[in-house]
Amino acid sequence: MRIQLTVALGSLLAFPAQAAEVNVSVQIPQLKVAEYHRPYVAVFVEGADGKHAANLAVWYMSKDTSEGHGTKWLPDLRQWWRRSGRTLELPVDGVSGPTRPAGTHQLGFDDTHPELSKLAPGEYTLVVEAVREVGGRELLKIPFSWPVKAPQSGRAQGSSELGTVTLRLTP
Amino acid sequence: MKRTSLLVLAIAALLPLGAAAHKQWIIPSQAVVNGNDVWVTFDGAVSNQLFFPDHVPMRLDNVTATAPDGSRIELKNASTGKYRSTFDLQLSQPGTYRIANANTGLAVRWDTPGSLAAKARAQAEGKPVSGPGAPPETRGGSLRNASLEDLSTKVPKDARNLQVTQTIGRVETFVTNGAPNQTALAPVGQGIELAPVTHPNDLFAGEEATFRVLVDGQPAAGLEFEIVRGGTRYRNAQEDLSATTDAEGLLRVTWPEPGMYWLETSVQDDRPSIPQATQRRLSYVATLEVLPQ
Repeated sequence: MRIQLTVALGSLLAFPAQAAEVNVSVQIPQLKVAEYHRPYVAVFVEGADGKHAANLAVWYMSKDTSEGHGTKWLPDLRQWWRRSGRTLELPVDGVSGPTRPAGTHQLGFDDTHPELSKLAPGEYTLVVEAVREVGGRELLKIPFSWPVKAPQSGRAQGSSELGTVTLRLTP
Repeated sequence: MKRTSLLVLAIAALLPLGAAAHKQWIIPSQAVVNGNDVWVTFDGAVSNQLFFPDHVPMRLDNVTATAPDGSRIELKNASTGKYRSTFDLQLSQPGTYRIANANTGLAVRWDTPGSLAAKARAQAEGKPVSGPGAPPETRGGSLRNASLEDLSTKVPKDARNLQVTQTIGRVETFVTNGAPNQTALAPVGQGIELAPVTHPNDLFAGEEATFRVLVDGQPAAGLEFEIVRGGTRYRNAQEDLSATTDAEGLLRVTWPEPGMYWLETSVQDDRPSIPQATQRRLSYVATLEVLPQ
């Protein structure tokens, strides 16, 4: 009993000392289409049970109109919407932001991030979902385990609305 | 003469099938929405193809919309055309709306002295006395969607073998603005209803959805549902599914593909709520949107 307690205390003490880093890169491909709008993108974390665990980023048209124009299309991020979006009060500080152009976007977090710090130890999936007005929808997943005890990396390749998505975790 | 009787025979043979084949529905333009000033537009019709209005419009007299707080809201821009009715709803509250056409009425049939005589004649000649092939004179009188008052005013005094069936039908659909809730889904307690285990606006292809099927508010076992995905016009088979409620009244459906689905069931029992009726026919239709993964 006493030994277990010591171990638990030890691991508690060890973590805050050095923050683990979570780096996500999301590539939005350049598309040759007649009518182009930047995609809405959600970057979020699901638990092993498929339940929502954390929101890292949501890019949508945040300019408001009487119709609630930007948020009107958020349900098209279908999985994010059902798991989290529909119960969120938007905008969310540090999570929501404007849409981004084609190119590779780097997102950096550490485990003191309010959404990540609440994750219980276990297996998780990083989900990147993108949907484009009058375009398509694509969803990529990269599994990882938490907390970050050793370096981990993962990669997923999109074929339509997303390019390469990578996840790099460093303790 | 011969041709006429053949034609009558053909029509008589078609009637029961035709009545069963027509599908009633209310379909929303979309079922999952979000925003400050959201509108959803609906079509209501009775058709063969799903969801193509090809027969008659749904009458809007008994269509009601229940808001997420349980209050009734107004149907806007309602109109009835040749093949379909249409209306809009302004979804000013977050949550789930229930849009239903709930009908109760009486189906009444009786014999007249004339039809009884024709039946006797048909029997003597070895012809069927009712149903397909029976001479038209064997048919007595009938009323559909009748009221209790019609029973005393529209049924002739010399009616015999009066058969009164109470009918309770519900055709409904659901839409959700923002996060779903369940206030509008509370059972009315009359006829067949779907109580959510899975929320009706939380349906995804490849996932199993569960609903508790109620008759008069109580779970009902053994109700068989026919389930058809929309777009039947553009495929060569109905591709219909069937599912039956289990002992707890649970209906489990795994949606093979995204789309708008039509679910239908009906049942007959001998528990009418009015003494004049001897039996009861209950029917239920829901239109549900299933989204892709």
